[in-house]
Order: sequence, then C-alpha cells, then structure tokens
Amino acid sequence: MQMTEFKPKIVAFCCNWCSYAGADLAGNNRLNYPAEVKIIRVPCSCRVNPMFILRAFQRGADGVILCGCHPGDCHYTSGNYYTRRRMALLFSMLNFLGIEKERTRVEWVSAAEGAKFAATMNDFVAQITALGENKRLEDLRCKK
Amino acid sequence: MQKVTREILLAKAAELLAAGTVNRVLGWKAGEFTYDVTPALFTTAAELEKDFVYGPFSGANFSKYLVKETRRDEGKVLVFLKPCDTYSFNQLLTEHRFDRERVYAVGIPCDGMADIQRIKDQAGDGVSGVECDGDNLIVHTLYDGDKTLAMADCLAERCVNCKSKKHVAYDELIGETGDVIDSHRFDEVEKLEKMTEDERFAFWQNELSRCIRCNACRDVCPACTCEKCVFGNPNSGVENKAISDSFEEKMFHVIRAFHVAGRCTDCGECSRVCPQNIPLHLLNRKFIRDIDNFYDEYQAGAEVGQRAPLVNYKQEDLEPSEAVERSGNNA
Amino acid sequence: MQRIGVFVCHCGTNIAGTVDVKAVAEALRYEPGVVISTEYQYMCSQAGQDMIHEAIRENNLTGIVVCSCSPRMHEATFRKTAQSAGLNPYMVEIANIREQCSWVHKDMEIGTEKAIILGRAAIAKVNLNAPLTPGETPVTKRALVIGGGIAGIQTALDIADAGFPVDIVETKPTIGGKMAQLDKTFPTLDCAACILTPKMVEAAQHENIRILSYSEVQDIKGFVGNFTVQIKKKARYVKEDICTGCGLCTEKCPQKKVPNEFNLEMDNRRAIYIPFAQAVPKVATIDPNYCTMLKTGKCGVCAKVCTAKAIDYTQKDEIMEEKYGAIVAATGFNPISMKPFDEYAYSQSKDVITSLEFERLMNAAGPTGGKLLRPSDGKHPHTIVFVQCVGSRCSAHASKGKEYCSKICCMYTAKHAMLTRDKYPDTDVYVFYIDVRTPGKNFDEFYRRAVEEYGVHYVKGMVGKVSPEGDKLMVQASDLLADKQLHIEADLVVLAAAIEPDMSARPLATMLTASMDTNDFFTEAHPKLRPVESPTAGVFLSGACQGPKDIPETVSQAGAAAAKVIGLLAKDKLKGNPCVAGSDEWMCNGCSSCERVCPYGAITYVTKEFRMPDRTTALRRVAQVNEAVCQGCGACTVACPSGAMDLKGFASSQIMAEVDAICK
Repeated sequence: MQMTEFKPKIVAFCCNWCSYAGADLAGNNRLNYPAEVKIIRVPCSCRVNPMFILRAFQRGADGVILCGCHPGDCHYTSGNYYTRRRMALLFSMLNFLGIEKERTRVEWVSAAEGAKFAATMNDFVAQITALGENKRLEDLRCKK
Repeated sequence: MQKVTREILLAKAAELLAAGTVNRVLGWKAGEFTYDVTPALFTTAAELEKDFVYGPFSGANFSKYLVKETRRDEGKVLVFLKPCDTYSFNQLLTEHRFDRERVYAVGIPCDGMADIQRIKDQAGDGVSGVECDGDNLIVHTLYDGDKTLAMADCLAERCVNCKSKKHVAYDELIGETGDVIDSHRFDEVEKLEKMTEDERFAFWQNELSRCIRCNACRDVCPACTCEKCVFGNPNSGVENKAISDSFEEKMFHVIRAFHVAGRCTDCGECSRVCPQNIPLHLLNRKFIRDIDNFYDEYQAGAEVGQRAPLVNYKQEDLEPSEAVERSGNNA
Repeated sequence: MQRIGVFVCHCGTNIAGTVDVKAVAEALRYEPGVVISTEYQYMCSQAGQDMIHEAIRENNLTGIVVCSCSPRMHEATFRKTAQSAGLNPYMVEIANIREQCSWVHKDMEIGTEKAIILGRAAIAKVNLNAPLTPGETPVTKRALVIGGGIAGIQTALDIADAGFPVDIVETKPTIGGKMAQLDKTFPTLDCAACILTPKMVEAAQHENIRILSYSEVQDIKGFVGNFTVQIKKKARYVKEDICTGCGLCTEKCPQKKVPNEFNLEMDNRRAIYIPFAQAVPKVATIDPNYCTMLKTGKCGVCAKVCTAKAIDYTQKDEIMEEKYGAIVAATGFNPISMKPFDEYAYSQSKDVITSLEFERLMNAAGPTGGKLLRPSDGKHPHTIVFVQCVGSRCSAHASKGKEYCSKICCMYTAKHAMLTRDKYPDTDVYVFYIDVRTPGKNFDEFYRRAVEEYGVHYVKGMVGKVSPEGDKLMVQASDLLADKQLHIEADLVVLAAAIEPDMSARPLATMLTASMDTNDFFTEAHPKLRPVESPTAGVFLSGACQGPKDIPETVSQAGAAAAKVIGLLAKDKLKGNPCVAGSDEWMCNGCSSCERVCPYGAITYVTKEFRMPDRTTALRRVAQVNEAVCQGCGACTVACPSGAMDLKGFASSQIMAEVDAICK
C-alpha cells in the first residue's frame, strides 16, 4: 500500500494575553508554520484542564501544545504557575503510562515573541511528524 | 504493643454509647464470608454485640463515610481509625468535607491487614473461612481442609509497605501510637520508571485493559467525595461508561489519579477493592513521588489545613519540559 | 438549536489571497446550526457590518461566526454590530483566519482547509454559547497617581481640574522628579524650574489634589473602579503640617557630610534637609541613615532651633489605606549606571560625568552655582567631549547596555553643547554620535543651530577609550566620515547615559498585575491605539515608565492618561466582564481548592441547606464567586475536582467542542 504523507493533527491551546497575541504577531510578520497547528484561545493557560488534553488525543490529535505567558508575566499574576505544576505532573504521568513524552509540550510565548511562536510550532510539528500517529491514546471509535 | 481485639473495641463502643458521647458507631460487619467484611452503622450495644466484627479483614477506611454520616443526624458518631485512616480523616477536614464536632475518633493501632487474594494464592481455591490464631491464620478450605498460614505472608501490599503507624488525628487512643515509617512503598513505581516507554505502555495496557469500570476504586476512595463525579456528569465531557475501547480506562484512571493528586494519602483502598486486581495505587504513588521530587516532600493529611501542592506554586518550580526527566522515567 | 450565521471576510486580499473564501463559506453552510453562510470583501467596513446586521434581523440569528482577522482586532467591533441588531454580543465568535491562517500559510488549498476547520471550531463553540450580561459595579470617583514627576503632576492637575480628587504618591520628600534637576529645556531653552515649579505649586494648592510625599505604595487590591491601596507614609521625623520650611534646621544641623542626591552626590547636604529651594511640600526631612540623634540619641540641634516645634524624633512609618477608581503609573526613569562602562573611565576620573550631572553643573542652583567647573579641580574646562548612545542601542548580545534608543539624548546633548558654547565661547566642544535623531517639532532646527551657529564639532563615530593622563582625559575616537582615528585631549567628558525605568516599576507592575516588556517598561494596551492604558483595566500610564520620552511628549501623554481616567471616573457604574467563573452549587464540594488558586480573592463560601437526592436535607458548604472581582482566568475551573466551577464564555463544554471540531 502506498503510504500517504503523514499529516499530524496538532492542538495548540494559547492564552489570550501572551501566546495568542504572539501567534497573531507571527501572522503580522508573515512567519510561516505548518497548517497542522490549530489554535484554541483560552483566557489563561491555567484554564486548560488535563481533560481537554486527553480529549484531544481521544479525538485524534497527535500532539498537544499549551502556550502561556512567561512565568512571572501572567496577566492574572499566577495562572501559569499553576499550569506549570499541573502539566509537569500530568506529562510525567502520561509518560509513566508509556505515552511518548514528545506528544505533549508547554511553551511560554510572550505577545512580543511572534518569531518564537512560529519557531516553536515548526519544531513541534516536525517532532510529532517524526514520531508518527498517536496510537497509544487513540480511541478507535473516534477514528474515521 | 497492645493487641486490639473485638472485645476491647466493643467495650469502648458500649462505654461511649452509654455515656451519650456518641449515638452511633461506624464499625465492621461480616459479610457472606468471614473475609468479606463490610462497613456498617450500629446504634445500640445489642446490635454491636450481635454483628460487630474486628479481625484481619477489618481494613476499610471509614473516613469517607463521615461525609454523609455527619450530615445525617444530630449527635456524634464513633469512628475507629487505623493510623493510615487518620491521614484521610485530616485530608477531608482540610477540605471541609465533614463536621469535626460531629465525630468522636478513636485511634487504634494496626499491625497490618490481610489480603484475601494472597491467602487464596497460598491456600488454593475454595476458601470458606479464615480465623486468627496468634501470628497465624487458620484457613478453612472446601476441598483441602484447614491450612495454617503465617499472617506475615498474607499481609496486603499497602500493609507490607505501611508508611506510618502514627495517628495524626484522634480524640482518644487505644494502645499507643507509633512512628512514621521509612517504607519501600515507591520501589514498585521505581521499577516501572526504569522500564522503557514501550514496556511501561505494555504493562499498563495489560493492567488497565482489565478494568471493567465498576467504579469501585472511585466509590471507596476517601479523596473521591465529590458531590457529583465528573465521570457521572453528562456535561463534563468525560462521562463515558461503556468499556469499549482501551482509551476509556486510561482516561478514567489518569483523570481520577489527577483529581486526587496531592490529596491522595496513599491509603491503598483503591487497590484493595479492585475486583480485577489492578495495582491502581501505583498511579497515585507515582504522583506522590513526583510531587516529592519536583516540589517539597508532601504527605496529604499529615496536618489539617495544609495547602495541597496542586493549589500551590513557587516561582522557581521546574518546567514541564523537565518533568519527565526529573521524575526518573526512563524515556 | 442555535440559528447561526457565518460571515467570511476577504480582508481585501489579506485573507482571500491564500484562502478560497467562497469555498469556506460554502463548506460551513452545512455545519450544525448554520442557517446562512456568506462572504464579503471587508466585514469590518460599514457595509460589511450592515450586512451582518441585516442577516441577523432577517434570519432571526441567535449566534454569529465571523471568519476574519484576530478577535484581538475586531471582536469588539462585531459584538457591537450584533448588539445593534438585537443579538447578545457574547453570541459572537471569531474564527481567526488571517493572522493564524492566511498570513502564515502560503498554499491556497492548505489555507482553505485550515480556515474551514477553524470556522467549524468557532461554530461548534457558538452552538454552546449562552447570552451573557455584564454585571455592574460602582466606581470610586478618585484617582491615584504614582510618581510625582512632571508626568504625575500633569496627570494629577488635569484630573483634578475635571473635578475629581487625586492623590499623588511620591517616594522622595518632594515632587518634581527629574525635571526639577534639569537646567534648561530643549528646544526653546527656557529654564526647567521656571516652567515646572509653578505647576508644582499649583498641584500643592489645588483643592482636589493631595500630595503624599515621602510615601510608597505597599499593596494594591481590587479592580477597575474599586482599588484598595495601602500607602506607607515614611517617617520624616518632622511634622509636615507644622514645619514652615524656613530651613533654619538645615543650616544648623551639625551632620554636614551627607551626599546630596539632588545634585547627584557632587556636593553634600545636612542630615536634615529640604532637597531644593522650591521643593513641594516645602518641609524638612531627617535622613535616618545620617541623623546623629536618631542613631545615637545624642544631638537634637534641629529640635532646639525649630521655632515651630515641628521636629518629632519619635515619628513612625504610617500605613494608610485608601480607595481609588483609577491608578496612573508615572514612575519615570533613571540614567543607567555607568560603572560597567570602564572604557569611558567613569569610575576612574571625576571629570567623566553623565549628562544629568552636567545639567546640575550648569544649573544656577547646582553645586557650582551654575559655573561650568571640573569636578576634580574646579577649573574651567576648555575642551569638552560629549559621547552619545552610552548604553543605548546596544546589541542584544552585549553584556551591558540597552537595545533600545533612549530617545532624549540627541536633543539634550545638542542643548548642552549649545549652552556651553554660548556661555563659554572659548571652549571646544565635540559630540560623538552614531546617528543624530531629531524627529520633533523644531528639533532638527535646534540641532542645526548647534552645528551651524554655535560651531559644535559633531563627529560621526564612537569613542573607543577615555584614559586619564595627568589632569587631562585622552579620548580616542574614530571619525567614520573622514575615516580616521582622532586623539583629543579633553578636560571634561560627558556621557549621554541610556535611561531605564525606575526600579520601583517592576514591583509596582506586580501589584497592579500590569504587564511589562523585557526592559521593564510598562506595556500599553495597544501600541498604537491605546498607548496610555495598561492592559489591566483601570491602570493608566503616564510618562517615561512606558518608554523613553522627552518633556513635551511626557506632558501630552500625561494629559491623555488624565483624559482616560476622567472618562472612567465620570461613569457612575462600570460594566464588568461577563466571562467570569461560576460554581454549580449542586456539584460543589466546598473543598476550598478554587479559593486557594484564585489570585483575586473572588471566591467565598456559604453554608446552605440543600435538599439531597435521598430526600434528606443537609447543610453544605458551597463556593460563591464575586463576579465583580473575578477576572475570568479560569484557574479555579481546573482546581475544582468535581467540575462544579466553570467559566462563562470559555466553558469546558465549549472548549471541548472546539477540540472535537479541530480533531475531527
């Protein structure tokens, strides 16, 4: 069978104040990154429930990235500090279950870091493409 | 150390009932088999005399029952707490889950409880009853007569790796309280961490695929006292009961472990009640070990009013990108 | 079921160039809930908005999705459009197909496919939207200005003139700030004190202005319209209301060896002092680090000579709590430390000075009485070298200095050079520059006068090294235009030090939850359209704390910030952000997890009686959110194990619907 080129599905949660603005800036500066990345706007990275991340994998995402303000710069002062703890523990747990650690990532991207946003997305997509399809957290019912 | 017996507990319960200190007692009652002990509520000395049991299978952690029990009625309820139970007790108090004024807690020492599965492994099929005889257990079997097993060989995993003989909460103590123990409870977690990602995946795939989503782990867990569980709430987006795909149980157990992370006292009830013998406590212990590793050592329930690690932070906390490596996972 | 309208914008060719907008509109027509799907060239134009308006009316739409530029750009626009058509503004969702699609993808097919998916996600979300109504909170009609320099003074005066009470908090014993230290001001060369001190007096005498000098902001709580601020009034050991400012104590104080910070430590003051003659408030302050009485209990001279009996050695710091509706940050700037710039021998020679020190030397009230004398030997310098861009416009990888242009140095250096040549025509004045930047009204004319009329030697090139030799300063420099090395024997070297935000800005930003850029300048809500507002509602920016600025620019920004404050304080009630957290009492465990993560203290608990499913009644502790305090971050929603806590506008179900749509 001829293998078609693997196009990963990537969900990027971006906080409204820094990372979403950083993504907008990447657009303003016409900095390309793969279209596989789809952004969901959340008020703060701390709005992202681990359930959303698992949900994304269940529905067929191959990688999930969470972007927020740099620690110390949270619009809500402390939101991303909680995110940091939650995600550190969640990622370690997923990996403990044998889920590839490359599938999940947290990046701090400020509103001024359009270039960082684009570079991060390029890198993440390349990483997931190299890793291949998400098999370990897939839900066959949700597969087409 | 004083050995706790049914008689001692009965006497204490009767005394407190008679004095009016309490008007009901949370205790254990035999089920169909002697090893099939279930929690029960007693309101009179006569009821206690008739049904109250205490023995190597009186392992149920009563803390969780206090949430409903303290709402139910006026007056105080008597609860017997093993050292490990007192941690759950404190944790629930920290979370304002029951009214401390409505409880009379009697701390009882504990040398460990038996695990019927380990007994069956040694005595074979058809175990019809188990009796205590000093440091031994006399096991009655249907096909092979009586067998004598050393209690030490029948201890539940959580008791072999007991983390503390110290009571962290009580109104009154029977016997003496002990110390926090430097246990080997993380050895098994460490073993898994040292496996490769693939091996770990295979291990958990094997374990979790046995899950029948009976919810016993959730129902018994003293940290799972939600008024309404997200897994029973159609609006939560994770309410799925059918067990039709391997994703389901991963989602369930990861989310459940995450919800109790930093709140789980490692009482081990989840693994005790799992009908499929899934080592669920390893998930919770992984979180505990990571929390100790990443942040400061933290024992949920050690004190009332502690700030759980997931509702806390430090500016210099480690980054999620460093988590897998720091956690000791071989990846 | 919602009745959703989808409106796809071409944005000229900005979107249509890489996204087949017709195909997007067509594909989204068949999504659940969609009753109309169309495209138009400029949705944000009046015609585009009219089209949406009519579509809402005609089709009885209950929700709309606009596939266009970033919601940060036009969400507010389309919400207004929806509202004008009778639709709740929170029934609008934006699919960002410009910044996050057409502008970052080059391929039409790929861009179109992604735009459709983003549209689907927005539709999935809007299907679960509910109309939201903002809560209303009263406004405390009083403003706080933090910093009493020209920026703070001007902002306070403008607010006060509009009839609102204002407090100015200034850490120094007097208001006036940096401008009070300047000699003359460009490009008109009027004296700084002559134009500043009347404003200081006006502020002091204004019935609506209260000056809290020698005070610091310690804590800020609350939110727009309702801030509660703790202010520490530092003990000045002088009763402010009694002291007449006669200055006798400052003459009699035996402790004469205190470095005078107002003159940049080029001379000394007493332990009890009034920073300068026109200080406001004109009251003495005892410096506890130097006062013998406070340190050893032996002296008391000032108390003895004070006829007003204003001295009080027992005074303590005082904490006051005040309420404000708006806060203006006007914390200003400082020149950066010249210590790391060893090549200019700043630490080795007293005759290498900063431009601000030069201002004091030229100032009639300065340490030399306005005579330009060398700090080392008091002799008149004959050759003066000015070095521009010291620490400004440095490479990002340099170990010292700032990347940005400090903006004011070109002009004040031209001023210094001109004034020097004017007063002392016998001096030779060199200015070394990278570029001379003079984009201001009458600025370039001013600079050209320095060169053409006053004969200042402007040399394009940087100074490589300054080495003290005897009583001379040997300056090695390159002249880039002549392509040669210069060796100048100078008597005085003046460094145009870069400016940086005041150190108090960072902790203040933390208290205000206002954001800062990497250089610790306050970030504006929008760099072009909202330049005097912080992204944090109710917090405004005035002066150099937002970025380097000269006086005219500072004053105009100060006025603009005041106008914004007046606009806020003129309202009786503020509409809040309706995207706030809310707890479902039936699911709430009362466990306090949410309360612990809430940065605003918006969550409290009540014990209520509930009728339980088993028909018993029970008292349960449940969380309640103060919607006026909640800012909608959502930290609580994840801390809550039962899922009782949810966020309006960003509900768990909505986010998961977006996830589903994207992963489909």
